Amino acid sequence: MIEVKGLCKNYGGKTAISDVSFTVNDGEILGFLGPNGAGKSTTMNIITGYISSTSGTVTVDGDEIMENPIAVKKKIGYLPEQPPLYLDMTVKAYLSFMYDLKKVKLNKPQHIEQICKLVKIDDVYDRVIKHLSKGYKQRVGIAQALLGEPKLLILDEPTVGLDPNQIIEIRDLVKSLGKSHTIILSSHVLPEVQSVCDRVIVINNGKVVADDTTANLSSGLSAENRLVLTIEGEKNAVIAALKTVPGVTEVAFSRQNADSSAEYVVSYDKSQDVRKFVFSKMAGMNCPIISMSNDSMTLEDVFRKLTQDEPSK
Amino acid sequence: MGAIIKREILAYFSSAIGYIVLAVFYVFGGFYFYMSALVSNTTDLSYTFSSLFIILMFIIPILTMRLFSEEKKQKTDQALLTAPVSLTSIALGKYFAAIVIYLCCIAITLVYAGIIACYNAPSWTSVFGNFLGVFLLGSALIAVGMFLSSITENQIVAAIGGIAVGVLMLFMDSIAQAVSVEFVSNILRGISFMTYYNNFTLGIVTLKDVVFFVSVSALFVFLTVRVFEKKRWS
Repeated sequence: MIEVKGLCKNYGGKTAISDVSFTVNDGEILGFLGPNGAGKSTTMNIITGYISSTSGTVTVDGDEIMENPIAVKKKIGYLPEQPPLYLDMTVKAYLSFMYDLKKVKLNKPQHIEQICKLVKIDDVYDRVIKHLSKGYKQRVGIAQALLGEPKLLILDEPTVGLDPNQIIEIRDLVKSLGKSHTIILSSHVLPEVQSVCDRVIVINNGKVVADDTTANLSSGLSAENRLVLTIEGEKNAVIAALKTVPGVTEVAFSRQNADSSAEYVVSYDKSQDVRKFVFSKMAGMNCPIISMSNDSMTLEDVFRKLTQDEPSK
Repeated sequence: MGAIIKREILAYFSSAIGYIVLAVFYVFGGFYFYMSALVSNTTDLSYTFSSLFIILMFIIPILTMRLFSEEKKQKTDQALLTAPVSLTSIALGKYFAAIVIYLCCIAITLVYAGIIACYNAPSWTSVFGNFLGVFLLGSALIAVGMFLSSITENQIVAAIGGIAVGVLMLFMDSIAQAVSVEFVSNILRGISFMTYYNNFTLGIVTLKDVVFFVSVSALFVFLTVRVFEKKRWS
């Protein structure tokens, strides 16, 4: 659906993004992840035609943004970082204006009503936008993006500044929209991307540093997996025994608990599942395992690893 | 374009600006009409029209200051520029909205002519010539004001810039006289709005004057479009 190739943008002498390339397939929810100032908004602004790229192409459904901007803009619903709301208009007047501006040819009252119900703003329909809370404003922004049933939705940090309940509401909304739309969603909040998106692109300092599914990203980056164990028994004997289990590469003692148990971190080769062996070994020594959990890297760790390694390169 | 015109006109009247502009124009226009036509017992409205320039100088920048600078400040220009409409129709939409409000302002002069007609028939050709002149002059100033509004995020800066242009136009002829280099003073006279406007107040409508104001309007609408085009590329 979207193909981004070799996108670069320089502001004066400063490079905002360089050589960003990726594709988004139909019906996919793509997460755009990166620290603040990484170039997420710049990339989105280029895709939507708000600013131009210094070089590179953006093709949406076969139309190139610079060659055929109006055709591309018709296919995109965009929620910028700051929702573009006319504060002294009512929700009704605003949506009606955006409907006309986008030259949508549908049953107007019905279409607007449907969207308002979907994003749950029908109760503030007649209120002036400046009096609405941040969460409602954000939803009016999303409603605006949905006008005209665009195939592609681009949402720039849709949950920023909202309270936890609103965040969950917006996430659920995005998930439900994902059934009928292709979505690009940017965020610097990791759980959000993890819970909503199928695929993640991590961008840092204007460059794509990772492009994979959420699951692959968190498992793929750690070469070995780790087990966190709480075991009762004599410390040195337990460590010695754990080291003899096939596949275990390293055993580290992490802390002594108040009772007679202690916590250990066991690193093991990814190709083997050592849990059963660890269990039988400990059972043989009569050292009960209180807890055992697999500690694969969270997306948070991946993110920090990817974005903090980058500047030193 | 229609959607933008409609929204802009509504925006003038959802804030106080539309009402204030109309009220101020009507009050001072009425004052000039009273002083130059009623008190001096004449059916000639040319003096009324020519003194309107002083009001226009202040009113038009107020009318145009928010056109683009507010959009930029509130970041609503993002909605306009990512909507499937061309930059030209965005600029023209804003321009025509200001023109409509401006027409509401100067329509009052036709009421003055009507009042005069109750006493004695004024020279209708002169009235319509004058009306056309004020309209064209205002259209050109609106285009300049809109351009100024597109290059700043600050409404005050846009308004003061517009007023400065107005004052400059008012004194352009005197400046042209003061400059001793003939070549320069000819250029200054050539770009002075008053040179072209004064013909209209005399009841003379010439193609040259009409073309001048239409060209200035077109030029500044075009420049406004370029400002946004440039912003995309920089």
